[in-house]
Amino acid sequence: MAIIKVSRRDFVKISSTASAGLILGVSAPALGQKKKPTVLEVGPFIEIGTDGLVTVWVTKSDMGQGVRTALPMIVAEELDADWSRVRIRQAHYDRKFGAMGTGGSGSIRSMWKPLRQAGAAARSMLLTAAAAKFGADAATLTVKDGVVTDPKSKRTLTFARLAEPASKLEVPKDVKLKENADFKLIGKKVDRIDNRDIVTGKAKYGLDVRVPGMLYASILRSPAFGGKVARLDDTKAKSVPGVRHVVKIDSIGTDLPWNGVAVVADSTWAAMKGREALDVTWDAGAATAESTATLRKRLDEDVKSARSIHDAGNVDRAMSAPAKTIEATYELPYLAHATMEPLNAVASVTANGAELWLGTQFPNWVNSSVADALKLKSEQVKVNVMMLGGGFGRRANPDFALEAALVSKAVGAPVKVTWTREDDMQHDFYRPASHHHVRAGIDKDNKLVAWHHRFAAPSISAYFDSKSRKPWDSESGGLDDLPYAIENIGVDFALVPSVVPRGWWRSVEHSINSFVINSFLDEIARETGRDPIELQLSLLPAGKKMGTGDFPFEADRLRRVIEIVRDQSGWGGARAGEGRGRGFAAQWSFLSYAAQVAEVSMKDGEVQVERIICAVDCGTPVNPDGIRAQVEGAIVYGLSAALHEEITIEGGAVQQTNFHDFPLLRINEMPKVEVHIVPSNAAPTGVGEPGLPPVAPAVANAIFDVTGKRLRSLPFKLT
Amino acid sequence: MADIRLNVNGKVKAITASPDTPLLWVLRDELALTGTKFGCGMGLCGACTVIANGEAIRSCSTTVAEVSGQKITTIEGLSADASHPVQKAWMAENVAQCGYCQAGQIMSAVVLLAKHPNPTDEDINEAMSGNLCRCGTYNRIRGAIHRAAEEV
Ligand code: FES
Ligand code: FES
Repeated sequence: MAIIKVSRRDFVKISSTASAGLILGVSAPALGQKKKPTVLEVGPFIEIGTDGLVTVWVTKSDMGQGVRTALPMIVAEELDADWSRVRIRQAHYDRKFGAMGTGGSGSIRSMWKPLRQAGAAARSMLLTAAAAKFGADAATLTVKDGVVTDPKSKRTLTFARLAEPASKLEVPKDVKLKENADFKLIGKKVDRIDNRDIVTGKAKYGLDVRVPGMLYASILRSPAFGGKVARLDDTKAKSVPGVRHVVKIDSIGTDLPWNGVAVVADSTWAAMKGREALDVTWDAGAATAESTATLRKRLDEDVKSARSIHDAGNVDRAMSAPAKTIEATYELPYLAHATMEPLNAVASVTANGAELWLGTQFPNWVNSSVADALKLKSEQVKVNVMMLGGGFGRRANPDFALEAALVSKAVGAPVKVTWTREDDMQHDFYRPASHHHVRAGIDKDNKLVAWHHRFAAPSISAYFDSKSRKPWDSESGGLDDLPYAIENIGVDFALVPSVVPRGWWRSVEHSINSFVINSFLDEIARETGRDPIELQLSLLPAGKKMGTGDFPFEADRLRRVIEIVRDQSGWGGARAGEGRGRGFAAQWSFLSYAAQVAEVSMKDGEVQVERIICAVDCGTPVNPDGIRAQVEGAIVYGLSAALHEEITIEGGAVQQTNFHDFPLLRINEMPKVEVHIVPSNAAPTGVGEPGLPPVAPAVANAIFDVTGKRLRSLPFKLT
Repeated sequence: MADIRLNVNGKVKAITASPDTPLLWVLRDELALTGTKFGCGMGLCGACTVIANGEAIRSCSTTVAEVSGQKITTIEGLSADASHPVQKAWMAENVAQCGYCQAGQIMSAVVLLAKHPNPTDEDINEAMSGNLCRCGTYNRIRGAIHRAAEEV
């Protein structure tokens, strides 16, 4: 399976190229829908019926980021459709839809062109059909809200009337897309398509799926990573009323790293009670030797022998005799995703194939992984994508789907596997823990001339591929492409072994590296007597570009978001009061630009984050209210981690179990959040993640501002 | 196993369940009322909040036996057409992201507004801090509660 060898950054590239140009000229096969009112199909994405309804297939998973609203907006814009007549259907896994994986803040970016082209092609076909009816030149006709008008004769035709004749036409290959200035829907606040279903409890998440004859399963997994069943006594479990089967589940590489014992019953509660009654002895071998203490020791030692992975300029020479050296060490823990909806999947495996229903970010990975495990062909595995009660990277992995498929196969019935919160907390693919030693060289003119960043971590790539030749591939973003004008930049990395599974946690390495970079820049500013914002701007020469391709880094865009938060926060002016502090951070990630100023207050030794001012440039804003929501959410996710979250290991197992020992930010701790979106005509870039990386360092810098205490570890501990 | 009568959303339902079964699983598995969500099973997240005799309760840690005979309202019973002022406010503020926690949030907010028709931010913190939202919609929840308070 390809995805596991792909780093998040490659995956950005893949998802942006794979779907381009895939739509037009593809004649969609029957879509398994009631064919009646559907007449005009354009590529796999659009259907327009004789009822005038425009149906857009959503091929990305919605875990809260709002793609089920924003993607059809893009189609409706080019089509000049009536938004109230647009419907969506969630795509099940099918190759014809192209790259279906959702991650890397790439849904809008990757679908922007293909959906616009499909919408414009459909519009052009409707216009050609109308022109024939009117006996007019198609170029003279206008379209608004799903109605085509001939300005000369004042005659009109609706999409409903035109769908049938348009369906007889060839899908045009070359279509002209709108100029941004002509957008009517894109850039407007559009309400979420799922609002009504959500507030009435009708929205269907994986957990809500019921299929006829379905049984319910709860799985006890080895607490220590990699542990196998040494002894199993299921007598008591089987005597729990409602329990039907007890099934051993074996791990399958990193696709399914857990060995477990599944209790299958008539109801979720019976399955959970049966599972409680299991008597299992686990053998986790050497894994039990790992603890947070052993890992920290190792990280601390190995960072000293880190090897160079990037050297621009000559960092060793530059660091050999600077006028001044500044050094600091930063530490970050393992983190769990803790999606609000615990993992779950429904699988129905028969002799002919498998069907799954689940909230997944990668239906393609579920498909290939289940097909491999059950020795089925890809076509025999149907994957239905439900609503996701949060994803944040956790629902990228296929482990929970595989388990359901294996249990269903073993018991010969459809099965829903529901994870408990404890299962989720203890069997995640965690954000890697890491240690960072950073040194800065300052020359005699007080100028930052060298940046040497050494870090050690058990990496994501190395978890999925122990032979990876670039095990730092999912950890070095933001470091080996540090966008600042510093003459000498060196990055060294040491891979540290760990039994803990690693994975992609919202904003991946940027959540880590931004904390180190922005905290250290703040330290440098204080040590060299400069203003942190002024220092960062001085490292971003106007007009500087870096990299090539569609999305080079543009210093001007980062400068702009920094200037916005500087001006909006009253930076440089008096603090809002006694015990108040202010901190700043900025990060370029997922091709978007974000800057934040945090304001904190200290009361009785406790930090209260009062306000976060954020500016983001993510190219053309498709649904600004959706962007605002994502940035607000990313800030909360990052703040929650900075203030509270830490996964610790003892005996090769995670110690935390539920929200009492892995607390999340609650409403009473919530700061005011202001989001400023930079108007732009550039192609859209990431939204779901870029708001996260600046928040931890902005708050840490604000705490320093008010207390003079430098917090170099996450989560923050003030005492 | 015992025969238990539950009054849910104005209808009396007879079910057979072990009396220690949490109300949550009876609602979801037996009565197919899946709008009420499971989040932690320990009363720590509020995803499972329903209203019983006018109080917001955590259905994951309340047994069916305890609420037998009480008037239970779930998200499905608030209004099927999203016409309840709290539901309307939630839509107007575009509160939901993934939406998973929102049934619980809405039920907590309904009880809050019944007790404090004009809640202060402190009242909101008090009543809503038992409801987690991993997507971070807290400020919009606050906004929607104030909006609903104006409408009621
Ligand atoms: S599921 Fe009941 S409080 Fe979390
Ligand atoms: S909206 Fe996703 S957890 Fe609240």
